[in-house]
Amino acid sequence: MTDIATLQGELLAAIAAAAAPDALEAQRVHALGKQGVVTGLLKTLGAMSADERQAEGPRIHGLREAVTAAIAERKAALDRAALDARLAAEREDVTLPYGLPAAGSVHPVSQVMDELAEIFADLGFAVATGPEIEDDWHNFTALNIPELHPARAMHDTFYFPDEREGRKMLLRTHTSPVQIRTMLNQPPPIRIIAPGRTYRSDSDATHTPMFHQVEGLVIDRGIHMGHLKWTLETFVRAFFERDDIVLRMRPSYFPFTEPSAEVDVGYTRKDGKRIIGGGEPDGWMEILGSGMVHPKVLAACGLDPEEWSGFAFGCGIDRLAMLKYGMDDLRAFFDGDLRWLRTYGFASLDVPTLSGGISA
Amino acid sequence: MKFSLSWLKDHLDTQADAATVAEALTRVGLEVEGVSNAADALAPFTIARVLTAERHPQADKLQVLSVDAGNGPMQVVCGAPNARAGLVGIFGPPGAYVPGLDVTLKVAAIRGVESNGMMCSARELQLGEGHDGIVELPGDAPVGVAYAQWAGLDDPVFDVSITPNRQDCMGVRGIARDLAAAGLGTLKPLAVPSIAGEGAAAVAIRTDDPEGCPAFYGRTVAGVANGPSPDWLRRRLEAVDQRSISALVDITNYVMIDLGRPLHVYDMAKLSGALVARRARDGESVEALNGKTYALTPAMTVIADDVGVHDIGGIMGGEHSGVVDATTDIVIECAYFDPAAIARTGQALGLTSDARQRFERGVDPAFLDDGLAIATGLVLDLCGGRPSEVIRAGAPPVTPRTVAFDPARTPALGGIDVPADRQRAILESLGFGVGGDWTVTVPSWRRDVDGTADLVEEVVRIAGLDSVPSTPLARAEGVAKPTASDAQLVERRIRRAAAARGLHEAVTWSFISEEEARPFGGGAWTLANPISESLKVMRPSLLPGLVAAAQRNRARGEDAVRLFEIGRRYAADAEHPTLGFVRSVDEVGLGGREPGGWAAAKADALALIAAVSGRDLAQRLRVEAPASPWYHPGRSGVLKLGARPVAEFGELHPELLRAAGLRHAACAGELFLDALTLRRAGKKPAYAPNPLQPVKRDFAFVLPEDKPAAQLDLAIRKADKLVEDVTFFDLFRLPSGERSLALRVTLQPAQASFTDAELKAISDRIVAAAEKAGASLRG
Repeated sequence: MTDIATLQGELLAAIAAAAAPDALEAQRVHALGKQGVVTGLLKTLGAMSADERQAEGPRIHGLREAVTAAIAERKAALDRAALDARLAAEREDVTLPYGLPAAGSVHPVSQVMDELAEIFADLGFAVATGPEIEDDWHNFTALNIPELHPARAMHDTFYFPDEREGRKMLLRTHTSPVQIRTMLNQPPPIRIIAPGRTYRSDSDATHTPMFHQVEGLVIDRGIHMGHLKWTLETFVRAFFERDDIVLRMRPSYFPFTEPSAEVDVGYTRKDGKRIIGGGEPDGWMEILGSGMVHPKVLAACGLDPEEWSGFAFGCGIDRLAMLKYGMDDLRAFFDGDLRWLRTYGFASLDVPTLSGGISA
Repeated sequence: MKFSLSWLKDHLDTQADAATVAEALTRVGLEVEGVSNAADALAPFTIARVLTAERHPQADKLQVLSVDAGNGPMQVVCGAPNARAGLVGIFGPPGAYVPGLDVTLKVAAIRGVESNGMMCSARELQLGEGHDGIVELPGDAPVGVAYAQWAGLDDPVFDVSITPNRQDCMGVRGIARDLAAAGLGTLKPLAVPSIAGEGAAAVAIRTDDPEGCPAFYGRTVAGVANGPSPDWLRRRLEAVDQRSISALVDITNYVMIDLGRPLHVYDMAKLSGALVARRARDGESVEALNGKTYALTPAMTVIADDVGVHDIGGIMGGEHSGVVDATTDIVIECAYFDPAAIARTGQALGLTSDARQRFERGVDPAFLDDGLAIATGLVLDLCGGRPSEVIRAGAPPVTPRTVAFDPARTPALGGIDVPADRQRAILESLGFGVGGDWTVTVPSWRRDVDGTADLVEEVVRIAGLDSVPSTPLARAEGVAKPTASDAQLVERRIRRAAAARGLHEAVTWSFISEEEARPFGGGAWTLANPISESLKVMRPSLLPGLVAAAQRNRARGEDAVRLFEIGRRYAADAEHPTLGFVRSVDEVGLGGREPGGWAAAKADALALIAAVSGRDLAQRLRVEAPASPWYHPGRSGVLKLGARPVAEFGELHPELLRAAGLRHAACAGELFLDALTLRRAGKKPAYAPNPLQPVKRDFAFVLPEDKPAAQLDLAIRKADKLVEDVTFFDLFRLPSGERSLALRVTLQPAQASFTDAELKAISDRIVAAAEKAGASLRG
């Protein structure tokens, strides 16, 4: 009885002293191997009387369990120490500056076009496109700007020496020819916006020979100026994300609309800056031209002005971007300067959505 | 168009102040661009009397004045020779800004004598050129009163932008008529003098060009005395930035601005024979009043005598027959020129003038007699003389136009309910005749009005656009349909995919220089009137603009330029939507170094195509080498779907980089968006994962340089239908120069797990196929 207790003490001490996995294995073989001391004791149980076995059995089994447990525990401790040593050896300086992966951007003009598409999709407007190299019929004549009309001269048009089917070719001076192409190609009712590049021979801080416009066109039965006004109010408020934006419509003149109106947006002054919106405007900024589609334009597109009416509007996209995002020089839009793009560009996932917000 | 408030009040009986007038102008569509008042700058200057004038103790040319500006004597030092006791002049107190000197006055000692302000000369106050001495006002001018007010300079000037349809508002009277209709007052009747002509005109007048000049009215006035205009006339013209020249010239300008009626006055002494409106003859030219000589063509209408051309009809008078101070006998021309002809001639000559602006928009054809009478009356008033009878050659187009109007069209089109009698009143106040059956007669001066919509506009703009109620557009019924086309979705998706790959979106000019276009085969479209040589040719590729932008950024010291653009290439027959990109990146930074060169460009191209058209399609693309000549001939390729090119990629040709001044390597690519189809995510196949585990087998092949790896890839993929995927994972060059390519083949069992024999058979087929593609299994 003392023998077993002593033996257990010796075995556990030897296991605890095993400093490496192979030493521990040697101790396991010494105790629990085929020739092991504990195995030897277990074998003696078979030769014992029932009474002896009753007394010795639990003690010998207890010895085996204690040794087994001690070996497992020691093994876990050694494994943990080995892993600790490995991890300590694998240590690296993770403060090493790696920098962020290259991040690209979306140009503000594209972003604003996406914003417009989203706002107008909600109002049922599809997006239409047309060629930038146009003929003078689509760009002028069909829009009730006959040759020699003073408005034609006011457009500062870029011309090509080329003619196609007897028509002078030019760079479109506005997105309005898309109105004509749309009306010629699809029956009403029509609701479209047409964003795109436009060109005029003009260059200073607020004019570049290439710029972007968006055209809007609605043709249906019973459309009037009130619908135009509501549409523009809804659009401008959604775009600038303010309910308190006031619009002012002024009678004006465009050959392709009658009546025509220029639209000003009210601004308030804050810290010397003009902020779009505010119920009591401190001043007005012109943002777009609009009007009811001229009966001659409807007729040129094969629509009966007695049956159909509609409105159209056109607005500078670059200017919208400047007003919303604060750029002050239009020329920088077209320079591809990375410093500017990093400042005013949008991340790839800044997708304007109605649910997430137009300003993304 | 500029005019002053006092001028307006000649025609409009109103008590309205400048702000009210400005607001009303903008409200009815005459956009006010500015309101200025000369009196604002002169506000501190008052009328003052010199009480005494003593010699300055320290300076011979200075005097010490005692001046009363309404508050008792003040000491002022003055250097003007005409300063003397009793003189009434204009005094500027300390604190006043003197515009002609750009100086703010303050109390100062001048040669030891304190001076409390300044007596001013005309030039110092920008009232004129006079600088011989201080201004001398009449002795009874009220001391202490603000000078500008007393002098009638307190007269706001409006600058109004007139749209091309409103010729009638290129005269003050037309503006007054609009304001009267808008409720700002009453239009005064126009006083037309009745001129009793004495005998026939001394010069014959006729028109030989009834198309260009349908009507040529005129008369002579003998015995006039030309000279400076009276103050009221000079001041009125100068207030609206018209230089005063002489009474006769000023009269024509005055009538033009007042009534929108351009006129011309000839010096009869310089004419010989009849004055005739005719087409110019080949080789004729004229020296115009602006001092420039214009070559004329037979398409142009001119006024000429027996000797030559004296006037580019309706656009600008000639230098030689213009009136001078010595002129005694004149011909007054009041003609009607065809608007289109004026526009053609003006455009051809590149010559604008106040007269052209009015004639090409169409002056009132019914106002020739009255216009001539008013001008003659002014000549007689200011210059005296004996008028002849009027000669009327030809006839202006005065046939009245009528429109059958329905007042219900106003709410239908204008969206605003204006009672019919109010509509009638508005139209009548603008000069329209409205019949009982709503047949509306258009006034002769409203050339722009010819239909119902025009009349609706007249009613709505006077009733007030701001009172049009907002009316929501009806929402389409049913489920909202997508509003973007496939082409737009392709652009949107590829744009954000490119930005996600680290590329910055640029927008560059659609037109480039001929030099930039040349390496790309030149442009199909060249502008006839470019704004500069650098913006002349419609780009055949997006790369010139992007390379130039990359060069600018590099020159600014950027290490890494990654740019893309989505825009059009302009071919002879079509505009092709395209995505172009350029990478020029130094290998700096510890993490994730970018593979430079063609491989980066190829990776971009494939990733962007996969983003738009799906990975399956990107996988099916064939690569052909090389790409277009602006790429490196050995390091570029074309991605094709069947026979259709969908993209090019590669390193840029060193010659191109050199020409662009880009001293760093760059790779680039273009994706032809109109050749890409949009993958729609909506349709999914049924989910049926294969329960059998795929087996991977690695091979190493030796491939000669001239055998494309793509063919090896394709051959292995086609070697057995159970080959699911092939991945190249290692490449190195053997001492022989051949390439060793390691690749892993994924085999997907179909029905049951592979047996060893089956695997061996498939491996054999793979090796055999690879050998056909020129590869050999590496020992």
